[in-house]
Amino acid sequence: MSERTTEHYVAPVDPDEKVEVDRVKLSERKSNLWLDAWRDLRRRPLFYIAMSIVLVVVVAALFPSLFTDVLPNNDCFLENSNAGPAEGHPLGFTRQGCDVYSRIVYGASTSLSVGLLVVAITAAIGIPMGAIAGFYGGWVDSLLSRVGDIFFSIPYFLAAVVVMSVLSAHRNVFVISLAIGGFAWASLARILRAEVLQVKNLEYVMASEAVGRGRFSTLLRHVLPNSLTPVIVYLTIALGAAITAEATLSFLGIGLPNTIMSWGNDIAQAQTSIRVAPMALFWPSLALTITVLAFIVLGELIRDALDPKARARR
Amino acid sequence: MLMYVVRRLLQAIPVFLGTTFLIYFMVFSMPGDPIIALFGDKTPNPAVLAAIREQYNLDEPFIVQYFLYLQNLVTGNLGVTFSGQEVVDVLSRAFPVTLKLVAMAVVIEFILAVVIGLISGLRKGGIIDNANLVTALVLSSVPPFVALFVAQYFIGIKLGWAPVTVGANATWGSMLLPAIVIALTIYVTGMRLMRGSVIEAQSADYVRTAAAKGLTARRIIPVHVARNSLIPVVTNTAASFGALIAGTTVTEGIFNIPGVGKVLYDAILRGENATVVSFVTILTILYVIVNILVDLLYAVLDPRIRYV
Repeated sequence: MSERTTEHYVAPVDPDEKVEVDRVKLSERKSNLWLDAWRDLRRRPLFYIAMSIVLVVVVAALFPSLFTDVLPNNDCFLENSNAGPAEGHPLGFTRQGCDVYSRIVYGASTSLSVGLLVVAITAAIGIPMGAIAGFYGGWVDSLLSRVGDIFFSIPYFLAAVVVMSVLSAHRNVFVISLAIGGFAWASLARILRAEVLQVKNLEYVMASEAVGRGRFSTLLRHVLPNSLTPVIVYLTIALGAAITAEATLSFLGIGLPNTIMSWGNDIAQAQTSIRVAPMALFWPSLALTITVLAFIVLGELIRDALDPKARARR
Repeated sequence: MLMYVVRRLLQAIPVFLGTTFLIYFMVFSMPGDPIIALFGDKTPNPAVLAAIREQYNLDEPFIVQYFLYLQNLVTGNLGVTFSGQEVVDVLSRAFPVTLKLVAMAVVIEFILAVVIGLISGLRKGGIIDNANLVTALVLSSVPPFVALFVAQYFIGIKLGWAPVTVGANATWGSMLLPAIVIALTIYVTGMRLMRGSVIEAQSADYVRTAAAKGLTARRIIPVHVARNSLIPVVTNTAASFGALIAGTTVTEGIFNIPGVGKVLYDAILRGENATVVSFVTILTILYVIVNILVDLLYAVLDPRIRYV
C-alpha cells in the first residue's frame, strides 16, 4: 500500500477568489418573503391610508381625550335631544342630548378591544387545532376535523345570539368576544390545516427530522412559521368582521349593555328617531364602516404582498 | 355518484348530532333556573315546581334530557313559543316569506356577480375594472344593518320609491328593496370568482383555439369564456343561500318582514330565550341541509369532485 496525498484529489483553493464570491453575495439585497412583502407594502399608497385610519382608531381608543374635551356622558341635556351641530359639538346630539362626536371617540376602545380579543381567541383555538390536525394526520386529524365541522356548521352569528341571550346577566366585552371568537375559529383551523398539509411534505421539513429534531419541535420551528401567511390575512380581515359582529349584536340589544359605550349601541338607540335625526345614526355607522374597511383593505394588501405570483402580475 | 351522495349524508350525521348537542349544552348548562324565572318575583309552590320540572323532563339527567329533546326534534315536535303557539305552525307561516326574500336576493346577487365580473374580467386593469374593485371593497365592509338603514332612509323615507317597511302582506314587490340591499352586500365574493376565472379563461387553450378557428368575440365570450367561468359562481351563490337563510334576522327585523328571521328578532328583543334557542336550532339545521345540497350540486357540476 502506498501512501496517498490529498493533493491529487482536491483542486488547489485560491482564498482570494472565495472572498470575491462572498463579496458579491454581500452586496446583494437581502431578500426573504417577509422582507419582500414589506418592501411591496411600502410602495402602495392604500397601505398608508389604511394604516393611518387604524392608527387614528388605536390612538382614539387609548387616549380619547386627545380628540375631544367633551366627556361623552357629561352635560347630556334633554333640551338638546336630537339637536344639530352646535359650537363645540360638531356632529350634533343624540336622543338623550349627549354629544355624538364624543361618544364616537370614546366608543372606539370598545370596538377595538372586541376586535383584538376575538382575534386572540380565534388564534388561540384555531391555530393549535388546524396545525395539529394537519401535521399529525390519522385519527387525530379525523377527530379534530370533525369537531371543527360541528363548530363550522353553526353560523357564528347565530351561536353568538344564543350565548348572549343565555348569558344576559353577564354581558361585557370579554363575554361577547368569547361568544364570537368561540365559534369563528373553525374557519381558521380549516385554512391552516390545508396549508400545513402542503408545507409538511416539503424537503426542509424532511431534513429537519432527518437531523434528529423531534416531530413537535419540527412543527413549531419549521412547519408553523411557514404556514402562517393565510392565517395573518384571515385574522386581519376577521378583526374587521368581529367589530361588525359586536355592533350587530349590540344593535339587536343582546350585545353590550347600554352602560358600555359602543358604536352598535349608539346606532341601535338612534334607530328609533331615524326620521327626525338621521345624522345621529349616520355618524357612528360611518365610523364603524371606515374602521372595518381599513382592516379589510389592510388584510387584502397583506395577502397581495405575501403572494409572489400576485406581485408579479401587477 | 351514488356512493358520493351516501358518503356525504353519512358525514352529516355526526355534524347534526354535534350541533344540536352544542346548542342544547350551551343553553342548559348555564346558571339560573328557567322554571323559577317563569314565576318572576313570586315564590312558586314546590309542588307546582316539581310538576313543571317533570313536564319538561328537567328532573332527568342531562344526557337523557338531550336525547328526549333530540327525539322530539326528529319527530317534528318542536315545542311551543313563549306565547303558546306551536313552533311548527309559526314556521309554516314564516318560512315561505323568508324563502321568497332569500330567493330574490340570491337571484339578484347571481346576476350582479356574473355581469359585473364578466365586464371587469374582460377589461382587466381598465377604468371600469378598477372602479368596480374599489366599489366592491367598500360595499363588502359596510355592515349589513347599516346598509339596510341607509337604503330605508334614502329610498324609503326621502325618495319614497319603496315601502319603508313591509308588514304582514309580504309581496315580491314590497321585498325588492331589502333583497337588492342584501344582494349588494354579498355579491362581491361571486363577482371576484367570476372575474378571476374570466381572466384565466381568456388565456386558456380552448379560447385560443376558438379564436384561431375564426370565431368572433360575440360567440367566444358567451359560449367559451363565460360558460366555463360559471361553475364556481354557481356554487358560491348556492352556498350564500344557506348563509342568507341563517342571516335574515337583521334584515327582516329592520324591514318588518314576517319571516323566520323576524320571529327570532322579536324573540331576541323580548328576551324569550326558549324561542330564540328553538329558532336558532332550526336555522342551523337548515344551514347544514343547504350545505349538503351545495356539495351535491358541486359534484354534479364538476366531475373531479365525485371521483376523489
